[in-house]
Amino acid sequence: MPAYTVDTVTDLVQPHQVHRDVYTDPDVYRLEMKHLFRNTWVFVGHDSQTPNKGDYFTTQLGDQPIIQVRHSNGEIHVLYNRCPHKGTKIAIDRQGNTGKFFRCPYHAWSFKTDGCRLAIPLKKGYEGTGLEQTENGKGMKAVGAVKNYRGFIFARLAEEGISFEDYFGDSLSSLDNMVDRSPAGRLEVAGPPLRYMHQCNWKMLVENQTDTCHPMVAHESSAGTAVKIFEDMDWPEDKPKPMAMEIIAPFMSPYEFFENMGIRTWPNGHGHTGVHHSIHSDYSTIPGYFEQMVEAYGEEKAKQILGENRHNTVYFPNIMIKGPIQQLRNFIPLGPDKTLVESYIYRLVDAPDQLLARTAMYNRLINAPTSMVGHDDLEMYERAQEGLAADGLEWVNIQRLYQEGEDLDHEAVENGTTERQMRNQFHAWAKFMSPQPTTETAEVQQ
Amino acid sequence: MSFPSRDDLIDFIYDEARMLDEGRFSEWMELWMPDGIYWMPLDYKQTDPDCITSLLYEDQFMLRLRVERLNGARTFSQKPKSRCHHVIQRPFVDVMEDAANRYVTNTNMHYVETRLDEQFLLAITATHELCVVDGKIRIANKRVDLLNSDAAFGNIQLLP
Ligand code: FES
Ligand SMILES: [Fe+2]
Repeated sequence: MPAYTVDTVTDLVQPHQVHRDVYTDPDVYRLEMKHLFRNTWVFVGHDSQTPNKGDYFTTQLGDQPIIQVRHSNGEIHVLYNRCPHKGTKIAIDRQGNTGKFFRCPYHAWSFKTDGCRLAIPLKKGYEGTGLEQTENGKGMKAVGAVKNYRGFIFARLAEEGISFEDYFGDSLSSLDNMVDRSPAGRLEVAGPPLRYMHQCNWKMLVENQTDTCHPMVAHESSAGTAVKIFEDMDWPEDKPKPMAMEIIAPFMSPYEFFENMGIRTWPNGHGHTGVHHSIHSDYSTIPGYFEQMVEAYGEEKAKQILGENRHNTVYFPNIMIKGPIQQLRNFIPLGPDKTLVESYIYRLVDAPDQLLARTAMYNRLINAPTSMVGHDDLEMYERAQEGLAADGLEWVNIQRLYQEGEDLDHEAVENGTTERQMRNQFHAWAKFMSPQPTTETAEVQQ
Repeated sequence: MSFPSRDDLIDFIYDEARMLDEGRFSEWMELWMPDGIYWMPLDYKQTDPDCITSLLYEDQFMLRLRVERLNGARTFSQKPKSRCHHVIQRPFVDVMEDAANRYVTNTNMHYVETRLDEQFLLAITATHELCVVDGKIRIANKRVDLLNSDAAFGNIQLLP
């Protein structure tokens, strides 16, 4: 089969099915890295990971090595982690403080924390060579565009393209809700992320975030067993359930619960489960928290913020957040069949620590490499990755509650077991495989 | 046994490892005090188990769930079952306080877990807080530090 190109790769997506090569083919993966992860707005990190001037944090956007750094003027910059001289990674540790400038460990070229070149040893060796005129002579390269949205840093690698606001649109309401849950309107990262390696394609993980027909099946072994043990325990009715049960038991909710919770999709591949209620709705109240929220926002607004219990919000292409518990999972692609999942939790500034303790518990019970629920899911992904090699059927079905002529460019709320959000992701996938007109000039170019 | 000897404590650690390797989990559960916690930190030298994520921080309810799940009819990630293997260095007995009924051992181990064609090795340090109840040594708390706790792992399904 000839290698895929930007023009042919979108043939792999049809409204109700996708070809298995989107999960397995190295060329498709390469095109995703070159185009999809360049044209979209991708999550970098949280600004509390680099609170002070000179603080940096290293990560990846698609397959690109990246540094998030706080510049001397207090702003966050996002630079390629690559020395303009010979390519050496400027920072190799996961985080640190570089002071006023970066200094390459190989030949000591140095750069300000906005990437601009500062100095080169034995500079006279470059006099009259024309270095000044080259791209490399300018310094470390910055990504195309950066946005700090309420503490969450996103970047677009492409110099030109869709604006942050147009890309995310109303989907930002989920991030807003997560941040608004702090009486101070601010989050802070709490400790290092869980790091969980998956031998499967990154998109399987993203799709699973709104797959509401799997919990009661795949997690029967963990959540189902938990419910059974708990029933054996003769727990007094009036005694509050253990926190672990509050977290795990809802995974065994019946189909009806998930049907009624609803799914909302937004344009550009974003969407969320839990429009009306979710597995996070029935957590017990933490003393003092509601009062702090009322003080900060007034009763009506506080009730409105806390009444929103969205389950998983997918920000296309590759993160998911849980607003009610301040968790973010980053599905970092490492190859067509390899994905690193980093699961972060955040502290609600000025809220009781018990909320964070519950979130930390959720993270380790559900998303750790040592977590039973995680084991259930990973087993399914890896079996799927292996099963897709079968030539008998080449298409993957995403047809649940599909209707002919479905319009994914408009927001909609549907039955919570629809696979519409998966179709929405692939619709956006096909769209962003080629460059998008910049917002300002969009009219002209169309 | 009124008070355990140093050898009693060391033998206990060896016996526990053997139970885990042989998959005698119900017996292993009986080693625990009812409020015992199994902690596997995520951060190197982590001190806060509550507000920072850990790999494991499990009470007896969670440990029981874990052990029962391993044998569940629909536990697909345990078809086929994982197996494990501990190679342990002679434990240090760091605390022997008979009056307080408190004993602490520190044990370096190599832990191997396998399933299908995959096998991985973890270098770990286990810290056991022990006590004696009705003449038997019991685990009051167990902390397992992975040398590479900050690395990315695939599934770790059994209990190191
Ligand atoms: S590679 Fe960085 S200074 Fe030479
Ligand atoms: Fe799941």
